Amino acid sequence: MNKEKLRKEKDPWFSAKNLSLLKRPLNIENPVTVQVLGICSSLAVTVQMKPAIVMALSVTIVTAFSNLIIALIRDSIPSRIRIIVQLVVVAALVIIVDQILKAYVYDVSKKLSVFVGLIITNCILMGRLEAFAMANKPWPSFVDGIGNGLGYGLVLVTVAFFRELLGSGKFYGMKVIPEAFYKAGYVDNGLMILPPMALITIGIIIWIQRWKKPELQEKN
Amino acid sequence: MDNLFNLFVRSIFIDNMIFAYFLGMCSYLAVSKTVKTSLGLGVAVTFVLLITAPVNWLIDTYMLKAGALAWLSPSLADLDLSYLSFLIFIAVIAAMVQLVEMVVEKFSPSLYNALGIFLPLIAVNCAILGVALFVQEREYTSIGEVTVYAVGSGLGWLLAIVSLAAIREKIRYSAIPKPLRGLGIAFILTGLMAIAFMSFMGIKI
Repeated sequence: MNKEKLRKEKDPWFSAKNLSLLKRPLNIENPVTVQVLGICSSLAVTVQMKPAIVMALSVTIVTAFSNLIIALIRDSIPSRIRIIVQLVVVAALVIIVDQILKAYVYDVSKKLSVFVGLIITNCILMGRLEAFAMANKPWPSFVDGIGNGLGYGLVLVTVAFFRELLGSGKFYGMKVIPEAFYKAGYVDNGLMILPPMALITIGIIIWIQRWKKPELQEKN
Repeated sequence: MDNLFNLFVRSIFIDNMIFAYFLGMCSYLAVSKTVKTSLGLGVAVTFVLLITAPVNWLIDTYMLKAGALAWLSPSLADLDLSYLSFLIFIAVIAAMVQLVEMVVEKFSPSLYNALGIFLPLIAVNCAILGVALFVQEREYTSIGEVTVYAVGSGLGWLLAIVSLAAIREKIRYSAIPKPLRGLGIAFILTGLMAIAFMSFMGIKI
């Protein structure tokens, strides 16, 4: 009897529930545009696609594994000191990511400068650890971490795409706007490269998303 | 002295934590609904920065940097512990925030109630760790510089959050398109404020 119940509770690895954990953060539970997590440290790396993608990958890895580790040890963490424990786990993972970036993609790591370190204080991590990993099994937590990392990456890469395209006429470092355009009087919008336009681009993304999904609109 | 004053003005207006580096955005967006609470949070952040930045700088200079342990004994001179800096910085910040929280709770219960959940969250406010990491990256050489930079950044953050809160109080009854209400308009407002702050660029005193 007891065994049967246990078996029933055990989800298959890619059940509908686990897949929805992966998909929801990409749109209706997006960490950046809906949950307002992790905007810090994200926008400064969106001038070009390449650093944005590296940043998105690093955050996904750190979120996934910190969620996994915290979910594994969640029963043995005293609740009074859980923030410190979470920070230590996250900081250790970020140190590993930082060392790997320095070893293999040094130029990108230089461009990201302090923002790799700031992954530690990225609110997505603490938010998901507190809200999900502390109360769920390891595998769903891992999937939730990947989902949220990807949702964050999606916004990051979208912002970077528009800023690089409109700001310097490039896509992933390659010129895509033909020379003829410039001859006809087209000029790159220098403002797109500066910080303010990152904020306004994200504002517009939120606008479009909430216009498509009216249930996300705020009451006042 | 001129140098310090210049650094102070730069860190408030030009290298503003919010408008130039987007640091501390989470609490910036979440707490900026009324001027009073945002002022309290701004003061708390400035205060925590004032304490943590010099402490972190001291630890970095005398313990973590390559060869920094030479003062202890010459045999430790080729030790480089800088890979530990993230871990140490965040631990120092978390401990300091805990202290500030206890002090505020004791001396100003009303502020403590108003700040509520956001006081512990200062520990994960990117602006605090950001300043510690910027200090490390830009290699400031004296504790005076570090303190001035930290206070300047804190005041810049305070200025940003209080002005956003003031604007949001004003626009509460404006007819904003529905999908843009709340978060969306806050982002666009911040963007416009950042453009305004760009006019300070190039100021040198």
